[in-house]
Amino acid sequence: MTAAEPDQPQGTQVSFDENQPSIAGGGDAPAGQHRPQARRSPIQLGAWGVIVLIFLGFPLVITDPATNSIAFFALVFMVAAAAWNMFSGYTGYLALGHAVFFGSGGYALALLCAHLNVGGGWPSFALLPLCGIVAALIAIPVGLVALRTRRHTFVVVTIAIFFIFQLVAYNVGFTGGTSGLFLPLPPFAGANNKPFYYVALVILLLTIAVSWLVRRSRFGLQLLSIRDDEDRALGLGVKTRRLKLSAFVLSAFFVGMVGGLYFDFIGQVFPNTAFDPLFDLSIALMAFFGGLGTLVGPLLGALVLESLQQYLTLSFSSNGTYLIAYGVLFLLVILIMPRGVVPAVTDLVKRRRLKAIVPRPDAEQQLAGVAG
Amino acid sequence: MSGTAFLEAVIDGILTGGVYALMAAGLTLIFGVMDIINIAQGIMVILGAYLSLWLSVDVGIGLLPGLLITVPLMFCLGVAIEFCFMRRLRDQDRAQMSILVTYAVAIVIEGILTAIVGDNYQQLSGSYVNSSVHVFGFYLADIYLIGFGLAVALLAGLYYMLYRTKFGRAVRASLQNRTAADLIGIDVNRVRTISVGVGVAVTAVGGMVFGATNSFNPGTGYDLISRLLAIVILGGIGSIAGAMGAAVFILVINDVVAAWWSPTWAPIVYFAALVLVLSFRPQGLFGRAAVRAQ
Repeated sequence: MTAAEPDQPQGTQVSFDENQPSIAGGGDAPAGQHRPQARRSPIQLGAWGVIVLIFLGFPLVITDPATNSIAFFALVFMVAAAAWNMFSGYTGYLALGHAVFFGSGGYALALLCAHLNVGGGWPSFALLPLCGIVAALIAIPVGLVALRTRRHTFVVVTIAIFFIFQLVAYNVGFTGGTSGLFLPLPPFAGANNKPFYYVALVILLLTIAVSWLVRRSRFGLQLLSIRDDEDRALGLGVKTRRLKLSAFVLSAFFVGMVGGLYFDFIGQVFPNTAFDPLFDLSIALMAFFGGLGTLVGPLLGALVLESLQQYLTLSFSSNGTYLIAYGVLFLLVILIMPRGVVPAVTDLVKRRRLKAIVPRPDAEQQLAGVAG
Repeated sequence: MSGTAFLEAVIDGILTGGVYALMAAGLTLIFGVMDIINIAQGIMVILGAYLSLWLSVDVGIGLLPGLLITVPLMFCLGVAIEFCFMRRLRDQDRAQMSILVTYAVAIVIEGILTAIVGDNYQQLSGSYVNSSVHVFGFYLADIYLIGFGLAVALLAGLYYMLYRTKFGRAVRASLQNRTAADLIGIDVNRVRTISVGVGVAVTAVGGMVFGATNSFNPGTGYDLISRLLAIVILGGIGSIAGAMGAAVFILVINDVVAAWWSPTWAPIVYFAALVLVLSFRPQGLFGRAAVRAQ
């Protein structure tokens, strides 16, 4: 993040790292006003802790390898959806080409392992940040080109760039073409996929932390201003182009990292699995399902939809079934809760609380507190 | 590369470009009227191809007469999708939501097709699919000529409908300004529904010709929609004439590169051309700055 805009330490641009102390130290009024998420009650923190504990303990309690691999896939997609949300959710630019970074991460790991003679398992996990960096480096030129356009055109350009990558992967030598590349076998005994699960969990926690920091920072507010009205934001002095690019690169980094892990688990990379149009769509659907631009929404969406998809694929031999279930579920959510599950539920809770508060004499003060 | 081979590639490109122009015209019509990109257009073409396949194999109705059944069916599908989903989108995030909703519709259609027919590649057959005529030293497959003829006739019909009829004027009015159209008594919702129906109905014809000239399975829709999107964006989104020009332009490039270099690299060349063009002209080759003002 900071590396992308090193020449802007002062002025209107404040990268979120530098801004961090003021937020951490500040329970001050303006911060609270602009950031509804800033205040966390002990109950909420406790709930987060319990959820993290459940995720930590899951493979210890349920040791069935098939269930564990479903859990692993769910974690991978939670990372991907949260990372996608960091760009598309916050800026409102719908990118349907993130499989480029997912696949690049996989290819990067396969090539790195082959050329550096790295074995499977923990040594290959150590290379995952490099995969993220490769994906981020790819995202710079891609973002420079794609972000010249807006709205529908941007969506189509990301799709076009995605297909270029897929075709290149099919046709150049170093990707192995149709036969793909193999990753080194992990040394873990039997069908033990716990190490993969825990590495995915670490990446997930990292992604959530960064996503949360971005959301609370000035950088995040500027991204949201792009979503709400880009021209006005530009007029008010928000450097929209480099902000969009920074968010794009940041989100590519996490998708690339988790892509490397995913293909490490699968064991091989093919052009059609690395650059899969369904991946592009899936993470977008997951983020929308849960609530675009929220912190928890994409995580919830990915957890529900990916588990469901894996379960349906395992239960029914025909893969048509899960496509139908997936599509219908999404359409229903759009019709009933157009903004996604999390915002709809939050609204409901808020309205309930307001109803409970309004009859009281000090209603106005409390109202302001809840609404703020 | 010899001159004849080049000329043959160009002719091939123009003939197939006509069919792509028809499918892209449907896409761009829906965009123009609804401000929605119909990602399901690709899979609808494949659905049209399967409908033709079932009619010709299981019922015994030929490909061309079968269109009399498949076109109204696809029209009804378009109307149903508009009524159930597109109409319900809110204005503020229409652009993004519409893409996801139509993508979800595409997934459902793909899932249904996969559940029924599986992943096997199929191709339509008929007496005129494998025959060809010999013109000026070139062998031209009949099906390409039929497809091109159908596409030109339907595009002409579409043009007539949009620019010479009262309904067309209503379409263009609601395309320019929804509120004003409402105020002068145009039933905008009806106009939109019918336009989407027409935009989807043309995929029945496109699907028949595509299915007869290419082998297809339910996954082919992705390949197709990426090409159609490239055409529509390159032509300037919302402009039917632009879509026609861009379709021929892209398919000629595609066929020339395929003949001259290699078929596997041909799609890269035009996707790269698309990215390059948009980097310099974000509004597309033929589009104006405000593309929706025709």
